[in-house]
Amino acid sequence: MIQVSKSLARSARADFKEPAERAARAFEKVASRRGLIDVAYAVIDSPVGELLVATTEKGLVRLAYGTDLESLISDLAHDISPRVLEAPPKTDPVRRSLDEYFDGKRKQFELPIDWRLSKGFYRKVLQATARIPFGAVSTYRDMASKAGNARATRAAGNAVGSNPIAIVVPCHRVLRTGGGLGGYGGGLDKKVFLLELEGVAV
Amino acid sequence: MGVKLPAFQVLIDAYREPIYRFLVAIVGRNDADDCFQETFLAALSAYPRLKSNSNLKAWLFKIAQNKAIDRHRSRSRHESRPLVEAAFSEDGRGDVWIEVEKLPSKQRAAIQHRYAGGLKYKEMALVMGCTDAAARRNVHEGLKKLREGLVK
Repeated sequence: MIQVSKSLARSARADFKEPAERAARAFEKVASRRGLIDVAYAVIDSPVGELLVATTEKGLVRLAYGTDLESLISDLAHDISPRVLEAPPKTDPVRRSLDEYFDGKRKQFELPIDWRLSKGFYRKVLQATARIPFGAVSTYRDMASKAGNARATRAAGNAVGSNPIAIVVPCHRVLRTGGGLGGYGGGLDKKVFLLELEGVAV
Repeated sequence: MGVKLPAFQVLIDAYREPIYRFLVAIVGRNDADDCFQETFLAALSAYPRLKSNSNLKAWLFKIAQNKAIDRHRSRSRHESRPLVEAAFSEDGRGDVWIEVEKLPSKQRAAIQHRYAGGLKYKEMALVMGCTDAAARRNVHEGLKKLREGLVK
């Protein structure tokens, strides 16, 4: 007699890890071709640690230091769309640009940006921040002014601090008005690293 | 946004292996890849419209089962012999799935869900649209029939 339970139980433990992984990767490609991926993400390595990069069809929507990937990804699903998939090919242009930046080969990012995670005044502040050139610095007050409200320095500070797209939207180039580094979501050591990379005396 | 759904990638990571194993048990290795794609494409398409996040695993398995049944229907028009090859191993122990194939549909489905899909009785009940107790009964009756029917 074939031992039915044993056979079935053995089947339940059968290892399909690799075929399933291959199938999942093939699925990601098909889903991408069919335009079903609303948010594509990848986790990439950099001199400032792991970075989560996420893009939509409109462009780069999130670039974050990877200290809590699960939460970051969960937030993408909640804030943008639950159709979030790990799809490295879609984020390759961002990865390449970042590699070039860190290698000292790129001073200007030419990536389309999806600004949807910032609204109103915050978006204006961050769009002004995006115009600060490589190697230059500005202040929270100056950003407030460029965003249309010179007295809203604190709000500008909050806006810069809420930047969803680190490095490419260069909030690291914004310093405290009276002198002093100011804050940095990824940790001040990273702000210093980026400024020094750009040749700014810190 | 009413329902808080996890990122779809979370579902892929959590369930790709059990879904794959489940599909191999029903449609065999050769067709499992295609059924896998069809399952996850259908799920991804429907995902944003979900009204509840209460049992995504059962929802996904239901889609997989439907795709597997569709594949079965289209194949059985062309083949008359058992549709599931020795899906799990070369030494013939996979033959048990060929025997499972011959069970009445509720018991067949219950055993496929439990042993190939790894579903708990509660999840099985959701996929099959029955009670936990009925799911349990179907598995036990199916096992009983298999033991009585199989001879080496």
